[in-house]
Amino acid sequence: MTALLQVQDLHVYLGESHILQGITFDVPEGGVTALLGRNGVGKTTTLRALMGLVPSRGTIGFDGAPIGGAPTHKIVRRGVGYVPEDRDVFAGLTVDENLRLAERDKEPQYELVYDLFPELEQRGKQLAGTLSGGQQQMVAIARALLNENRVLLVDEPTKGLAPLLVTEVARVLERVSELTTVLLVEQNLGVVQRVARDAVVLDTGRVVHIGPAKELLADKPMVHRMLGVGAAA
Amino acid sequence: MSTFLLLTITGLGLGAMYFLIASGLSLIYGLMGILNFAHGAFLTVGAYAMWFTESKLGGVAVLPRFLLGALVGLVVGGVFAALVELFLIRPLYRRHIEQVLVTVGLALATVALVTAIWGNDARSVPAPAWLGKTTTVAGAHIPNDRWIEIVTAGVVLFALNLFLRRTRYGLIIRAGVENRAMVTALGIDVRRAFTLVFALGGVAAAVAGVLSNVYFSTVDPQRGTSLLIFAFIVVVIGGLGSLRGTAGSAVVVGLVQQYANYYASSGLGDLSVVLLLGIVLLIRPRGLSGSFA
Repeated sequence: MTALLQVQDLHVYLGESHILQGITFDVPEGGVTALLGRNGVGKTTTLRALMGLVPSRGTIGFDGAPIGGAPTHKIVRRGVGYVPEDRDVFAGLTVDENLRLAERDKEPQYELVYDLFPELEQRGKQLAGTLSGGQQQMVAIARALLNENRVLLVDEPTKGLAPLLVTEVARVLERVSELTTVLLVEQNLGVVQRVARDAVVLDTGRVVHIGPAKELLADKPMVHRMLGVGAAA
Repeated sequence: MSTFLLLTITGLGLGAMYFLIASGLSLIYGLMGILNFAHGAFLTVGAYAMWFTESKLGGVAVLPRFLLGALVGLVVGGVFAALVELFLIRPLYRRHIEQVLVTVGLALATVALVTAIWGNDARSVPAPAWLGKTTTVAGAHIPNDRWIEIVTAGVVLFALNLFLRRTRYGLIIRAGVENRAMVTALGIDVRRAFTLVFALGGVAAAVAGVLSNVYFSTVDPQRGTSLLIFAFIVVVIGGLGSLRGTAGSAVVVGLVQQYANYYASSGLGDLSVVLLLGIVLLIRPRGLSGSFA
């Protein structure tokens, strides 16, 4: 299978800390690749490095072209969508304004967005800062779906959500994975089990496992060793 | 009563000028995190461009000369600010110490350059005769230029609000004030918004320069520096990055300054404003609008 995103020997230093210590992995086109690991191993930093939001060293290839070192807005315009860990919706802007800001394509996919999240259409005039965590997550995902992205980098979309909403987000991810490639950082292994085809596991800034997600999750001792009891629970 | 009314209108006129300088300062800090110590230079450049244009149009009637001079002042102020952003600030993004140094240096250099060319003395700025007269309201003789200052600031506030609420660049700026990194993560080249905000701030400061020429009837090299100090106080009291907070704060500062100067003691106005700043920072460290100061 062709790799849409190729990461080779990627290093990230934040201050004195060597966060990513030469990670190498591919994200194949189509489906969901899960980026897993305990807290603090560098998953979010990996996504931020791919987006050009933190300085990095190494090679990042997207669709055969290097994007490492490019400004963030240019990476996004090549078709890379980003759903950040803390949603980062613009609290002082309405839901409509948050979505309008994300428009890049001439014909933004509002039909798809409102089909997935009908609530957003009703709450268009509401300030995003007054939405619940789940609704803010909908806005964050919707912003990335408005444009025809080749790959979506999604960082812990179920973090802090109620179980019902976690199921809803998993459903959305399943639907999204039929439309585009997804690189997903996720702690909830139930969600990973449901949506991911491949898995990349990080530990202390290094890649320690690459393989089919279902195989990894079926191997309980390996899950315990690599992801810890808490994550496996 | 007439004295109180005169003080109030004069305070509002002064507040209008503070707002015009502070609005750009506030937006620049809110969006870019830059404390622009060169903002007073935009005012000085605009004010001198107006005076220079007027001085070269000696044979023309006062009103068209005044209006043309004002227009040139605004354009020069805006262009100067945009060039400052492009050539001095842009190479120093994320290098805050260097940004402070370069803006302080530019502020000092502008004053020195203006002084070297036109001298340190205040130059008289011709204005239409009506601006030098007064209008009597409830027994108070209000200088007409105060109305112009208040109305102009109101129009600028309205126009800036309209721009921020109704245009895509306005949307980008409002979002950028909240979270600049996320704006770029939506595929937006936020640097264009930076240049635009600098240009808008430059135009607003130049408007203040033009109005200060009318208010004081003269222009001098230190004008920008002296007004900038109060503009910084206005921005901190109003809350960094908030246009409404800045407008409210400018009115309060202008009024407090005038009332203190008259009712307490002449010269206490400046001190009272500094005291007000201290009190607001103690009670509301994020400023009146809630943006962190």
